[in-house]
Amino acid sequence: MPVLSLCTAIEQYVPDGCCAALEGFTHLIPFAAGHEIIRQRRRDLHLVRMTPDLVYDQMIGMGCASRLTFSWGGNPGVGSLHRLRDAVERGWPLPLALDEHTHAGMAAAYAAGAARLPFGVLRGYVGSDLPNVNPRIRSVRCPYTGESLATVPAINPDVTILHAQRADRAGNVALQGIVGAQREAALAAKALVVTVEEIVDRFPPMMNSVLLPHWVVSAVVLAPRGAWPSYAHGYYARDNAFYVRWDAIARDRDSFLAWMREHVLAGSVA
Amino acid sequence: MSRAAAAADWTREEMMTIAASRLLWNGCVCFVGIGLPGAACNLARLTHAPDLVLVYESGTLGTKPDVLPLSIGDGELATTAACVIPLPEVFAWYLQAGRIDVGFLGAAQIDPYGNLNSTVIGPYDAPTTRLPGAGGATEIAAHARRTYVLLKASPRSCVARLDFRTSGCDAGARSAGGRGPRAVITDFGVLTPDAARGELMLDALYPGATVEEARSCVAWPLAVAGTVRIIDPPRTEELAALRALQARTRAAHGATSAGGR
Repeated sequence: MPVLSLCTAIEQYVPDGCCAALEGFTHLIPFAAGHEIIRQRRRDLHLVRMTPDLVYDQMIGMGCASRLTFSWGGNPGVGSLHRLRDAVERGWPLPLALDEHTHAGMAAAYAAGAARLPFGVLRGYVGSDLPNVNPRIRSVRCPYTGESLATVPAINPDVTILHAQRADRAGNVALQGIVGAQREAALAAKALVVTVEEIVDRFPPMMNSVLLPHWVVSAVVLAPRGAWPSYAHGYYARDNAFYVRWDAIARDRDSFLAWMREHVLAGSVA
Repeated sequence: MSRAAAAADWTREEMMTIAASRLLWNGCVCFVGIGLPGAACNLARLTHAPDLVLVYESGTLGTKPDVLPLSIGDGELATTAACVIPLPEVFAWYLQAGRIDVGFLGAAQIDPYGNLNSTVIGPYDAPTTRLPGAGGATEIAAHARRTYVLLKASPRSCVARLDFRTSGCDAGARSAGGRGPRAVITDFGVLTPDAARGELMLDALYPGATVEEARSCVAWPLAVAGTVRIIDPPRTEELAALRALQARTRAAHGATSAGGR
């Protein structure tokens, strides 16, 4: 498991047109990696995330994506993701195809992907119009009871990118706090890149912890504060004031582009 | 001794939050969202239901936040939780398995049967307004033993026909354990489903609200219960606990409003 620079890791693992999942449920969102993808001007990506959050609002607004698999696309506690809305409502800067699910459906699809099963199964989507607009949501009859159950195709991204608190020199990665569907997304992927706050010599034995063992990790990148403005439990708190501020920055195309030029394309993040 | 506050001393939003909190009982297990539902559940925990169990979809079980989170994944929820579990387990092993007593839902639109839209205004493929989408709502509506809807009412939100059905709350949409919406808590009062047909009707009003006001906020012909109850105004201790919670939240989030969306 190599330790790579952020630039090299994105060059190697995120080609144009690939399917990429940058996961992290509110916590440990890999913003630094998203910004590097924007700087390398990746195009035609199929982005996968339960909650697109600001990181995909930024990538969509900068024209990186042509397709989005997701289950809740808002700015938590604040309102809309204006760049996502602009892409869906007006095709700016590019049209965005949607593969829309519920949280329970996405979780089942990641879990199936991690297990290399073809689909996930759940009692879900009942009474919803979502299966009418997403032909990938189907159903199967239980061979034991005859009950009809919803199915979602497994998600197997070409690359999953996570942010974590720590890796050790062997390449084991440890996550703590709210862990969302990161284990599932990590093990569902063909390649796994993890940015971390810190690289330590060796972990103590971690019974029952969320640990991604070194042989499933493709590359580790040292990226302190790489989850800002989300957070890394034990290192820094969620920048809630920035999430509130993003609403005004992203509402307008020009102010969005100006912010991205100053804080991302120029290479340094405020 | 509890004491009722004078009408001029509280806002409709405070009344709504307090009315919702009174529906929760000590020990009940609540699936909580952000905004008003989070305020209502935490208020119940800080007043009459100290053993109420809060479950957020981020996997924090039994959390006891001191301030309302801005997102459902703020660090405050993890550090004050009994435990933190992976998200797929929350949905499969707790919600789907029938281990949630109460689920709170909000929406941009509600229809006369309590079905909800939080996906799009306009056609799905060419929406005039793209909303955030389902998140946990579809399965909360199906699997929580009972659901409460919190919503500011207007003819744009209370519609005869939804643009898109994100969550089905009528009988056909629920699993065996789910019993559907028990109440819709609005800013004029409370709607409950009529026992025979499941259509929402006006059941109770806040002090100072009228049947005419309720009808003007709903775009379908609103049925009215034989006797419309008047909900008790906020008690001084309820108002004090809610305002202290919101003041702590404002201080913690800087300029952020308390649990506002």
